[in-house]
Amino acid sequence: MEQPKINELKDIAFKVREHIIRMSGDGGCFIGASLSCADLMVYLYKQFLNVNPGNLNDPERDYLFLSKGHDVPALYGTFAELGFIERSRLSNHLKTNDFIYWHPNMNIPGIEFYSGSLGHSLSVAIGVALDCKIKGQTNKIVVVLGDGELNEGSIWEGALVAAAKKLDNIVAVVDRNKFQANIETEKLLPLESISAKFEAFGWKTSTADGHDFESLERSFSNLPYEKDRPSLIVAETIRGKGLPSIEAQANRWFVNFSAEEVRELLAELHGGKTTTLTSEEIIAR
Amino acid sequence: MTYEEILKDLVEHDKRFMVLTAENRAAIRNLPDQIGDRFIDTGITEQTLVGVSAGLALRGRIPVAHALATFLTMRAFEFIRTDVGISGLPVKLVGGFSGFLSEANGPTHQAIEDVSIMRGIPNVNVFCPADEEDMLIGLRKVLLSPDPFYIRYINTKPAVRHSKDFEIGKAELIGEGTDITLLTYGLMFAEALKAREILEMSGYSTGLVNMRTLKPIDEEVILRAAESTELLVTIEDHFVTGGLYSIVCEAIVRNNHKAEVLPIALQNTWFKPALLADVLEYEGFTGEAIADKVLSRMKQHDYRK
Repeated sequence: MEQPKINELKDIAFKVREHIIRMSGDGGCFIGASLSCADLMVYLYKQFLNVNPGNLNDPERDYLFLSKGHDVPALYGTFAELGFIERSRLSNHLKTNDFIYWHPNMNIPGIEFYSGSLGHSLSVAIGVALDCKIKGQTNKIVVVLGDGELNEGSIWEGALVAAAKKLDNIVAVVDRNKFQANIETEKLLPLESISAKFEAFGWKTSTADGHDFESLERSFSNLPYEKDRPSLIVAETIRGKGLPSIEAQANRWFVNFSAEEVRELLAELHGGKTTTLTSEEIIAR
Repeated sequence: MTYEEILKDLVEHDKRFMVLTAENRAAIRNLPDQIGDRFIDTGITEQTLVGVSAGLALRGRIPVAHALATFLTMRAFEFIRTDVGISGLPVKLVGGFSGFLSEANGPTHQAIEDVSIMRGIPNVNVFCPADEEDMLIGLRKVLLSPDPFYIRYINTKPAVRHSKDFEIGKAELIGEGTDITLLTYGLMFAEALKAREILEMSGYSTGLVNMRTLKPIDEEVILRAAESTELLVTIEDHFVTGGLYSIVCEAIVRNNHKAEVLPIALQNTWFKPALLADVLEYEGFTGEAIADKVLSRMKQHDYRK
């Protein structure tokens, strides 16, 4: 990947992080997971997926399903920067005059399906992938999974079915930030090795640095890894990436920051000193 | 045409139709060989079956998804509610072996709350045909409707020649009475028919209504029966909670009507697992047992007079 392209992606991702931080005040949002997948969302929508504001009804567009729906602020921010929605709509976050709420819904252009309940979107994606196969279309269907979400049994049903149906048009990406709502994933239900588990289910896998666009590009550039097999990319990420004051902390999952803290966090993102946060976390599960 | 022939015909003439199952092929055994890639078996994965169906529907398909009624409506409940209910996509969910049709399988297989939970989901409609003929009469309209539907699949022989005049939300009026109206759906229709005969022979003018769709419900037929007869009787192989008894009571109260309603339904427990005829006998759901219950209620009426 050329340096100007990398700089462009970094610049967009920075703006997406600003949007996410703004959404973490005045009602709050799931900031940790949103920041961990922000680079991934920017890479996918700007660089990888054949989907843009002009082709949202084209049956041959690529699809992205955000299965771990609570990190939708990363999607809202990306959509605002790439022209799917007006930037000004983000100020409607959590307001009754719009649909910019804590989980994805189809009233937002670009969001393919409702999500929020974990473990659903892989099966929905399989339905879409099957239909594309039957019609001989070559669209790619990306499903973004949380690592904590892999606790859900329906994920493993879907893993079996996608492999059995030879759906090499499916690419699942695990946002491997190593946390679930309240706790580190390995302290609750150890997931390692995620790759080995999916390989055993018949998938082909790779690992990428989810904050490094060149690394992501390497993983996404030679899909499918094997004909007739679904692909899985483990994107190694850091929860809260970009804000040292909240990075990799178990109690920064859903947070409602004060206006002052939001200002300080924006300053921190811009390279200022690490913020001292006092707002308590709110665990919404 | 049989059930399978109708599905095959729809698949062949309408590009939207797909037939799916979570490895329950009882109703569609011949289709895999006949419709090729328009048939999908997801394995014993009810949740994935429903999610896949929603995905297909997102792409403009009309998926007709089959599984045992218990596992379809309960194991996958939240998938139905979330992926089908919220989106309102035209997914058709076909539940087999519902109610007493699970016979000797035992309580794990008894779908006797399916109507209650399916009708509780916004956008999801409910079709409970009386027997195979009734199901086949309504099938095309239900499958072609733009709404999600739960279908209580039934393949029993018809007890009457059903009216070919089928509308979603319209009941089939078998006969009107001036004393009693029996309101029923599904398997219990045949027993209600027998009960009606006994009640008529006992001197009570008795109406009989085959509800056909429980959502949307034919409120008009319920309210008319409440006006014109002394006693309404709801008959269903379903828990008393949330099914036809609840639907009828809701309709009456919502419209500020008054009526006496006798529920013949399963109370707060599962039914005795056995072959169908023995279940009906044991649980008191034969035409004779139903008529006895209604007669004893009517005798209280007569006494009061």
